[in-house]
Amino acid sequence: MSIYRRIANLFSRASVEREIDAELQSHIEMRIEDNLAAGMSAEAARRDALLRFGNRAVMKEKVTAMDTALVLEGILFDVRYAWRQLRKSPGFAVTSVVTLALAIGANAVVFSLLNALVLHPLNVPDAQSLYVIERGSDHSPSQSYPDYRDLRDRNRSFSSLAFYDIAPAGLNSDGNPAPVWLYETSGNYFDALGIQPYLGRFFHSSDEHGPDSAPYIVLSYAYWQSHFQGDPKVVGRAVQVNKFPFTILGVAPPKFRGTEVFYAPDLWVPVVNQKQVEGWSELESRATRGMLVVGHLKSGVTPAQATADLNAIGAALAKQYPKDDDAISFTLTRPGLYGDMLGGPVRAFVAALMLLAGLILLAACANLGSLFAARAADRSREVALRLALGSSRKRIVRQLLTEATLVSLAGGALGMMGGVLLLRWISAWQPVPNMPINVPVNPDARTYLVALLLALVSGLFFGMVPVRQVLRSDAYQVIKTGASGVAGNRRFTLRDLLLAGQIAVCAVLVTSSLVAARGMVRSLHSNFGFVPQNTMQVSTDLDMAGYSGDQVPLMQRRMLDAVSAIPGVTAAGYASRIPLNLGWGDSTVFADSTTDYRSSKGIADAMEYAVSPGYFQAAGTTLLAGRSFTWHDDQNSPHTAVVNQEFARKVFGSEQQALGGHFKMWGGTRVEVVGIVEDGKYKTLSEDPQPAMFLSILQSPTSSMWLLVRSNRGPAEAAAAIDRTLRRLDSGLPLTITTWYKALDTALFAARAATIALGVLGCLGAMLAITGIFGMAAYTVSKRLRELGIRIALGAQRGEVLRAALGRVFRLLAFGSAAGVVLGLAATKVLSFIVYQATPRDPVVLAGVIAAMLALGLLAAWIPAQRALAADPLILLREE
Amino acid sequence: MAKNDLQGTLDLLVLKTLSQMGSLHGYGIVLHIQRASEELLSVEEGSLYPALHRMEQSGWISSEWALTETNRNAKYYKLTAAGRRQLHEAEKNFEHLVKGVRAILRYA
Repeated sequence: MSIYRRIANLFSRASVEREIDAELQSHIEMRIEDNLAAGMSAEAARRDALLRFGNRAVMKEKVTAMDTALVLEGILFDVRYAWRQLRKSPGFAVTSVVTLALAIGANAVVFSLLNALVLHPLNVPDAQSLYVIERGSDHSPSQSYPDYRDLRDRNRSFSSLAFYDIAPAGLNSDGNPAPVWLYETSGNYFDALGIQPYLGRFFHSSDEHGPDSAPYIVLSYAYWQSHFQGDPKVVGRAVQVNKFPFTILGVAPPKFRGTEVFYAPDLWVPVVNQKQVEGWSELESRATRGMLVVGHLKSGVTPAQATADLNAIGAALAKQYPKDDDAISFTLTRPGLYGDMLGGPVRAFVAALMLLAGLILLAACANLGSLFAARAADRSREVALRLALGSSRKRIVRQLLTEATLVSLAGGALGMMGGVLLLRWISAWQPVPNMPINVPVNPDARTYLVALLLALVSGLFFGMVPVRQVLRSDAYQVIKTGASGVAGNRRFTLRDLLLAGQIAVCAVLVTSSLVAARGMVRSLHSNFGFVPQNTMQVSTDLDMAGYSGDQVPLMQRRMLDAVSAIPGVTAAGYASRIPLNLGWGDSTVFADSTTDYRSSKGIADAMEYAVSPGYFQAAGTTLLAGRSFTWHDDQNSPHTAVVNQEFARKVFGSEQQALGGHFKMWGGTRVEVVGIVEDGKYKTLSEDPQPAMFLSILQSPTSSMWLLVRSNRGPAEAAAAIDRTLRRLDSGLPLTITTWYKALDTALFAARAATIALGVLGCLGAMLAITGIFGMAAYTVSKRLRELGIRIALGAQRGEVLRAALGRVFRLLAFGSAAGVVLGLAATKVLSFIVYQATPRDPVVLAGVIAAMLALGLLAAWIPAQRALAADPLILLREE
Repeated sequence: MAKNDLQGTLDLLVLKTLSQMGSLHGYGIVLHIQRASEELLSVEEGSLYPALHRMEQSGWISSEWALTETNRNAKYYKLTAAGRRQLHEAEKNFEHLVKGVRAILRYA
């Protein structure tokens, strides 16, 4: 085909030009030869030849320009024709462009999520070979420093292994200490990842010489810009971290934000200085785990080989340190999402979203396919006429496809614009207060490319629907009988199937969003095991304010007494941690009879909290049996615990046996159960019941604390009163005061984000269902308006007219919805991973889906139905 | 009425020349048109090659490199089947044009 040759010429311009040059040269030489033969002098012969020829460069331009012109002319002609056709039916054009814009926008946004969170999470060189090491069968990503050192030094699979953790600290660079969020890392962190400094230098493993030996800071580019105004002289500046002197070494490159996707740190410090940064350090304890290990595989080493290598080391460690590393094993996972802990649900959820977004695009294509088919049927007279006049079918198909492509590109561009706005907003969003956590999903070139490809492919997809119809059409028949009399004859047309399929897809979307919304509502009203209403949370760390040793519990008691005395406060208590907050601690529990404290010999792994007297009243946790703590449960008394029902069942068999029973903790501490409280939620809303134990904070003191204050005053008033009271005790206390509800945002974040995303997709699905049903109904009615008019003239009742006009549409709606609900119920099993109590077997959801689909059908069919009823036989008969 | 401009006329001259002479290079086409029209028509060499290129791209003529009688390398063009149809069309159009113009000239 010549068009391909022309296009090929556009790309091989150099060789085309060489050939033209040679041709022109031979022409001129032949002219000179003839001139010489005619008796001219050599010079005159040459001048004459060149003069006749004119400017060669210009001619060459003209010849090559011919190619471009020919290609563009053909395309331009088709585009202009398609544009004119679309202009003639603006309703059709706008509907199809908007439909496609919604579908492609949704896909671009979800693909951006997939791209940013799953496909290319971390901005490090050679990211494909980067892995995080997880431990045990439960895939916990947390490791201890001694284990890390052994893995780093003994493995033969990784080019190097780095170690990191997240922590807050106070940074003082100009006299005003400010809270910062940082990474504590091994010295080789930047070298292992292959990152080069933007400014100054990074710290290296050669800087580490034991505890607190490397007081160095590397700033993130964003923090350097916002707090040091991009001043290049910060390199070498002395600053203070928690009052300890540190030196700024350099600045990380702008695109590097560490090894966790959601967390944008302010700076990096060496983990050997953990004591200064966090106020405590258990780096040398092999059983204290909590940090992540990450590294590049050596080239040629597969993940399976690396895992085998690590497990060989694990077996040696288990033998060497049976107390701490009993039965230890390792697996690998992709970095960036805190191992599989966030990674599992995030990947599953994004994959589910991608599937739903794909379904939306499919529904939109089906929608547009039936619109285009209907349009082609309407234009069958025009097509037949052109065929009769000698136009080739290929040419007509090309024009139909050009029209579809024009629509799809316009829709894609519009959708991408909307998508980019949404993505910018998501990227700027800070879901967790006072912590640099966000979801960086700004679109990159890949997103644009995918949107463009989707637009083109879907354009071809729905553009092809009417092609068969066009190719089969018999010009003679169409012109003879006219274009009408299409609908209502055959049992099922392609358009019917498309509409039913589209409705099924929409029903899937509506079902899943309803399931998610219902799960969300339930989880908000489910039993947390505490009552967050009317409760303020005060978090503080006495260590940062200079208290240590025995001063800590004394000061905590004074703080508790002070806030309890505030008028309106009904209960107050404090704890080392509170449930459903960022971070948690758990410990292995052993039977009272055991003497073997290897973790594999434990009988339960329980959430561990240290709480003060009064905590349960303040938290609103119901005490079911026994007693709660008193001020006598201190260092001088036997160790006591309050446990939840799950703990009682799992460790003692029943709640009755638990009360007064004993268990042992790691190291052999014997603990007596003095009370039993209700079960609750501890890590996430969607978790299964977990065993939990509450120890007396007087027996296991900590300097960081959360003070819970329940009062009958408003939050603002209560916060001000608490702040005033505590400042009177010590004006230097670092305090964060929020309502408990606000603090729960973190725990609810995932479920909330999921619900919003599914809600949006559900709305898109509903809109597509409306436009699809509307298009079909309107088309059927307009096709059969004459027939309906005659029926009315012959005395048909309203109900009969409607049945004739829309019966088919509603049969399709019922059929499609039923199929969709069944599929949707199967699909929502995936949701239960993320959304608490998202069960599809819920009569409310089923009824909701059916009601929603029915409402959508009625809404979409309303206008066409009005038109059918208003069919005036007189006017219609007069028309022909 | 189809295109009856000068470009169409040049196309017609080139196609006709190739149909009469078989295979010819650009310079040969110029010479032939000049000779056959008894020196009445002379093809402007600057517009011949863009036209040849366009006709080749449209599939009316095909080309190949060959040696001339004087052992010079030159690009020879010849008519394709599509070109023959196109020539037929162009001749008809030209007859129309001539008829039309003549009718106007004779109009009194």
